[in-house]
Amino acid sequence: MSILVDAGTRVLVQGITGREGSFHTGEMLAYGTRVVAGVVPGRGGSITADGVPVYDTVRHAVDETAANASIVFVPGPFAADAILEAADAGLGLVVAITDGIPVHDMISILPVVRQSGTRVIGPNCPGVISPPHCKLGIMPGNVFTAGPVGVVSRSGTLTYEIVDELTRAGLGQSTCVGIGGDPIIGTSFLETLQLFEADPETRAVVLIGEIGGSDEETAAEYIPQMSKPVVSFIGGRSAPTGKRMGHAGAIVSGRVGTAAGKVAALTAAGSPVAETTHEVASLVAAALAGRSG
Amino acid sequence: MKLHEYQAKELLARYGVPVPRNAGAVADSCHAFEAALNLGGKAVLKAQVHTGGRGKAGGIRIVRTPEEAEQTAASMLGMILKTHQAPEGIRVERLLVEEPISVESEIYIGIVPDRASQCHTLIVSSMGGMDIEAVADEHPEAVARERIHPALGLRTYQARRACYACGIPHSIAGAVASVIMSVFKAYTELDADLLEINPLAVVTGGSLVAADAKLSVDDNALFRHPELAAYRSEAAEDPIEAEAQRRGIQYVKLDGTIGVMGNGAGLVMATLDEVARAGGRAANFLDVGGGARAESVRNSLEMVLMNPNVRGVLINIFGGITRCDEVARGVLDAITGMDLPVPIVVRLAGTRADEGARLLADSPLVTADTMQEAASRVVALAG
Repeated sequence: MSILVDAGTRVLVQGITGREGSFHTGEMLAYGTRVVAGVVPGRGGSITADGVPVYDTVRHAVDETAANASIVFVPGPFAADAILEAADAGLGLVVAITDGIPVHDMISILPVVRQSGTRVIGPNCPGVISPPHCKLGIMPGNVFTAGPVGVVSRSGTLTYEIVDELTRAGLGQSTCVGIGGDPIIGTSFLETLQLFEADPETRAVVLIGEIGGSDEETAAEYIPQMSKPVVSFIGGRSAPTGKRMGHAGAIVSGRVGTAAGKVAALTAAGSPVAETTHEVASLVAAALAGRSG
Repeated sequence: MKLHEYQAKELLARYGVPVPRNAGAVADSCHAFEAALNLGGKAVLKAQVHTGGRGKAGGIRIVRTPEEAEQTAASMLGMILKTHQAPEGIRVERLLVEEPISVESEIYIGIVPDRASQCHTLIVSSMGGMDIEAVADEHPEAVARERIHPALGLRTYQARRACYACGIPHSIAGAVASVIMSVFKAYTELDADLLEINPLAVVTGGSLVAADAKLSVDDNALFRHPELAAYRSEAAEDPIEAEAQRRGIQYVKLDGTIGVMGNGAGLVMATLDEVARAGGRAANFLDVGGGARAESVRNSLEMVLMNPNVRGVLINIFGGITRCDEVARGVLDAITGMDLPVPIVVRLAGTRADEGARLLADSPLVTADTMQEAASRVVALAG
């Protein structure tokens, strides 16, 4: 068991012939992900170097291959349209890797996408991985290993850094979800925590947040109701107000989105908050030992 | 992209938002003379800097004659304006010259994307001219909010309802609602991620005018606004940030002495925190991006070293799909032929980190195994 993706996930790649799309399709296939189709308007009928059939539309690809999840590499100006197309074709899960989608585009499509029953992860995210079965993303697969820890994060490399330490400490992962660094995203920390709570294989969760917005604070309200321990880390403690730190969503606006506010909310919710990335693995080990002992 | 007040007002005027009669922005004192002359002599000179609290810091001055405008402009241009929001100070490059207005009361209008509800949100207050967060704390009854439907947009009844709810008098509520609708049109069509009129001044006689405006356009949407390209170079405030923008590098200037670069925004943020924990202060945020190839590492290192305050550099890379030995070769390539003016500490982790560290062993670079160690070493070396 895991959340969102597993050995049964049949993947469709939107933007499969682009530089990122083609490279990561190869990486996903090498990991063992079942990539069954690609979509590039105007390239329908061709087959990629990796042997994946390409279709002009998502609907045609789904009809032919029974794909049930999509990963979007389409460039920012066209990505919102690509996500809508996937939702319109009835896909249950869309992972949007694309960085640089206009905020106005995301705000206008998300309600429609939700109405069609589609879950969006991202955008501006590394994707989802359930080791060792399915990697629907751009993360380095070798860092991850199967186990009882669920990971949910707004960032990419920082997650790999922490997961690498978890793996070295013998703490494998059920699923790792990168929810994305943009201000408007398809799936929140709270929704991901709820999925982990319902997953029998997950025994502890690591939440990696950062400055900006109040998604961590909202998630903190749910943590006391969970049966599983949640260990947290918040990036950007030293960041000044009003400066966007790389991620479009990582900005303290006035009094909203400070690291101090997030740390306080999580601590009050009973989640141990690591001071450094290095502390996360030992806090997880202690939390797991505490619950079983 | 944050626009300056004069740019925002120029754009808002096109959408029918009333702005004070002005003679545009000037960058030298003789133009200030002409501008004041065009306005009839009396004028307000406003420093065009991205910070609040300009007035208190001496960034807004009233003049009565063109001669006085010239003298005052000469003293304001080039000054370093220090405000509570920008304590390190910002150099004044341009002044907006506009007619003085006699204000009777002030109204606040703001539209922003609300992250929690994932909708654009209208905020209106009958107590303009102040920090809206402070008003919301002390006089919540004077602030009204309306959630904007993603497909329908802001409706007129919502604009009216917000005005009545926050106590704007009947005599002007209709006119304010109509300004709000124009502001919303501008917000939507310009792909803004912040549009604030603070204050919308009610002038003697009851007419309305946007005395100050703050506009930020979503960088990710600039591709569909070629008309804003001209504003871009003038909008940037820091020359190093402007250069980074030209090179397509994510760079944010900070006020410390430790240059920081790494791959991935989250990792770089965590690295800045480690530098702070080690007792140092970061000089910048820089995301090298995925891959961390020699060319992007060299490019990034050049950017970091452009800041004269930098006394040490910390490079923090997590090797994933790009292995650490490749990154190490990239870093070595990048510094070949470069005269290293400050100590550089490199920390590599992830795929083939040990091989990477071995490659760097004979170089002038200092290596560290963990982020914490790297941060304390660079802080110690920078002195």
